[in-house]
Amino acid sequence: MIQLKVNGVDRSFDGDPEMPLLWYLRDQLGLVGTKYGCGVALCGACTVHQNGEAIRSCVSPVKAAAGKEVLTIEGLGENGLHPVQKAWMAHNVPQCGYCQAGQIMQAVALLKSKPHPTDRDIDDVMAGNICRCGTYQRIRAAIKSAAEVNS
Amino acid sequence: MSRIENVSRRGFLQGVVSAGAFVLGVHLAPESLWAETTGSADPLNVTAFHPSLFVGLEPDGTVLMVAARSEMGTGSRTSLPMIIADEMEADWGRVRIVQALGDAKYGDQSTDGSHSVRSFFGVMRESGATARTMLVQAAAQQWNVPASECEASLHTVVHRASGRTAGYGSLAAAAAALPVPAKETLKFKPQSQWRYIGKDASNYDLESIVTGKPLYGMDAHVDGMLYAAIEHPPVLGGKVVSCDDREALKVAGVRQTVAIDPFKPPHHFQPLGGVAVIADSTWAAFQGRQKLKITWDNGPNAAYDSDAFRKQLEETTRKPCKVALSRGDVDAEFAKGGKIVEAEYYVPHLAHASMEPPVAVANYRDGKVEAWAPTQDPQATQETVGSVLGIPKENVTCHVTLLGGAFGRKSKPDYIAEAAVLSKKTGRPVKVVWTREDDIKFCYYHSVAAMYMKAALGADGMPTAWLQRSAFPPIGSTFALNTIYGDGGELGMGWTDIPFAVPNLRAENGPANAHVRIGWFRSVANIYHGFAVQSFAGELAHAAGRDPLDYLLALLGPDRIIAKNDLPKDYDNMGGAYEDYPIDTARLRRVTEKAAEQAGWGKRKLGPGEGMGVAVHRSFLTYVASVVQVQMSDKGKVRIGRVDTAVDAGLLINPDNVRNQFEGAAVFGTSLALCSEITATGGVINQSNFQDYRLCRINEVPAEIHVHLIESNAPPAGVGEPGVPPFAPALCNAIFAASGKRIRELPLTRSGLA
Repeated sequence: MIQLKVNGVDRSFDGDPEMPLLWYLRDQLGLVGTKYGCGVALCGACTVHQNGEAIRSCVSPVKAAAGKEVLTIEGLGENGLHPVQKAWMAHNVPQCGYCQAGQIMQAVALLKSKPHPTDRDIDDVMAGNICRCGTYQRIRAAIKSAAEVNS
Repeated sequence: MSRIENVSRRGFLQGVVSAGAFVLGVHLAPESLWAETTGSADPLNVTAFHPSLFVGLEPDGTVLMVAARSEMGTGSRTSLPMIIADEMEADWGRVRIVQALGDAKYGDQSTDGSHSVRSFFGVMRESGATARTMLVQAAAQQWNVPASECEASLHTVVHRASGRTAGYGSLAAAAAALPVPAKETLKFKPQSQWRYIGKDASNYDLESIVTGKPLYGMDAHVDGMLYAAIEHPPVLGGKVVSCDDREALKVAGVRQTVAIDPFKPPHHFQPLGGVAVIADSTWAAFQGRQKLKITWDNGPNAAYDSDAFRKQLEETTRKPCKVALSRGDVDAEFAKGGKIVEAEYYVPHLAHASMEPPVAVANYRDGKVEAWAPTQDPQATQETVGSVLGIPKENVTCHVTLLGGAFGRKSKPDYIAEAAVLSKKTGRPVKVVWTREDDIKFCYYHSVAAMYMKAALGADGMPTAWLQRSAFPPIGSTFALNTIYGDGGELGMGWTDIPFAVPNLRAENGPANAHVRIGWFRSVANIYHGFAVQSFAGELAHAAGRDPLDYLLALLGPDRIIAKNDLPKDYDNMGGAYEDYPIDTARLRRVTEKAAEQAGWGKRKLGPGEGMGVAVHRSFLTYVASVVQVQMSDKGKVRIGRVDTAVDAGLLINPDNVRNQFEGAAVFGTSLALCSEITATGGVINQSNFQDYRLCRINEVPAEIHVHLIESNAPPAGVGEPGVPPFAPALCNAIFAASGKRIRELPLTRSGLA
């Protein structure tokens, strides 16, 4: 039995411990904001936080989350929208929107470690998240706007 | 034609609106289809009236609009209702959008060809104006004053003289009892009073998207559903010889395996066939599938090899092909000798790779199917599911979710038919989830294409004769066996509509057989045709010793409308009436000049290894020019510093959405120019996931994308697709300017530049 916390709620899981966290979140908990995009950590659509760090939930087994706190897009703005979500809205970032939960979770992690990221910092950290619609320029602008809120 | 009716009392939106609501229904089908869709030859037979579009007003003031077209990220689910709301004087904050089911009563729901706004702009305005006029009449009647003394303003009707006001909601019941005013009596708002049209608006679903709400097909859930992963035949047309599923069935959570029949040619939108693993979770289905041991008969396409096929296409275009357009006498001009320039271009297969792979939930029960899916075409879904299961299409209900990207892939509902087949065979609702590998390996691919170009240059360096030949497996091969030539639609995409003022010009198309499924891909044939034509223009400028921008403008020639008679008879202009949407070279010139001016063409000092390139292309009735600036690194790799894209798409509904689309098109264009490529060996697709089917990431795309929108009151045109075609040739022209290296094949990874 694996014990973990998801968005502040205690959970226990007795299924296949090798199952990627992504499918536990989506199929078992119904937290479908976290997306499947590639299954091999190449696109970032499945990004969630595990003990505050951005991870690719499509390749991280549930057992690796034992005793840890997992945060998904659904838990991000518990008390109203997170500043990064607000910045995403202010810049009207999404087109289809499918990758954006992963982008936002990655951006939140970036701003936590680097409150005022340079373009290079943004490139380095966000290069793991693909957006096929091509909203990168707005993603960059939204991250910079959210960083301003930090100052 | 369109007809607007007051259907408040007729229960069309039962369960969606309350009993006291005011509801207008709009019939959109053209008169010629009237009898077919209504069962009555008489367009005035109101009893046969089947509305295509609804505008509802609740007594609480909520305005309800039904979106009949699919939202895949191009913004029409927001921009179409904006048009109604504006003309209705509705408060946008009180508009609620409901997604329509697939149903022939909505007219054509196939969301493709970048035409949602263009095709529905007029009727959306009419609907809004009709609702507004009736609300004003309702208020005037209540106050016993002439309607002419009242006006609508932001969800309220005002009587100017007395200052009385009535909210829209309070007028719903009264308006519901009024007749619809005749179309000729409608007064439209002057453009100066437009409240939403032409103003930046956020995506209607924006907050739901950034908070991770269940919106997409991947998020669809039906109680009791099982999950399926399907092992498809690795080669198109392949069949299962034998399947050993013993190990698969040992995987915890796996319930059974189910064989899916191979398609009957032509493949159309039928399932590919194969073996499905049915399980209690997506993960268990994926795991079980990996344990299947299948022996395949690879069938008739097992010899398909991309390198050999390229040679075949190139051989084809080196010889005379079928003439699609001819003016003057190209051969006589070539025979005169002079300066001859020849070049060959090549663009590979591409896969759409929307971030959401194909996915669908279907529930078969008692001869009926209910499906939930991200589809661009819910009516094709009804037809395909109906035909595969042998049930009437009316027995198929298709709920359209938001689409996590589509780019043409989700016009083909094969994956939804798979879910329906599996639901019927298992007796349970089934969710089919394609892996990324399935998506890359079993796409309806963008066609591979080879182009041969030849021109004779006169004393002034301008071409006196121009010959172009293309060969590509056509999209028609998906629908009819032995289709080997492009149709008028494909050839009208940047080939027979070439806008250059060259006296002798011939466009040809050669035969090519398809060995994979071929389908529509964002911008379609414009990609390869535009690449060849606009690259060749750059090559001729160099041969003539002229500035590429000046030369391109000279090729466009004097401002003029290209006469319809100068185009092939089967030129379809994307369904746009030629009188409304003629090819106007002045608009091509203006976007070219605008992009060049904004990029600082000829003014900006370029350093060593830097270069600028230009290209212009009209597609989906929209005029787009791109100027790309590059820098070559010491290692000979290209870095794209900036792109300036100028766009004339006629009247714009939501400019910020248009900017977003063209920013995205530059990124989409960068991927296909730099690194995306699908190839086959032995009929099997070589790529499988993002490590080998590469899409550009944030650190690889142009550092700056500047979109310049031309203000225009011309009829609205497409915005989803037309940004893509000019990007790659502008980039390759820039690389030539920067390095002297002429790129004639995509992607650039083939030339070692990316």
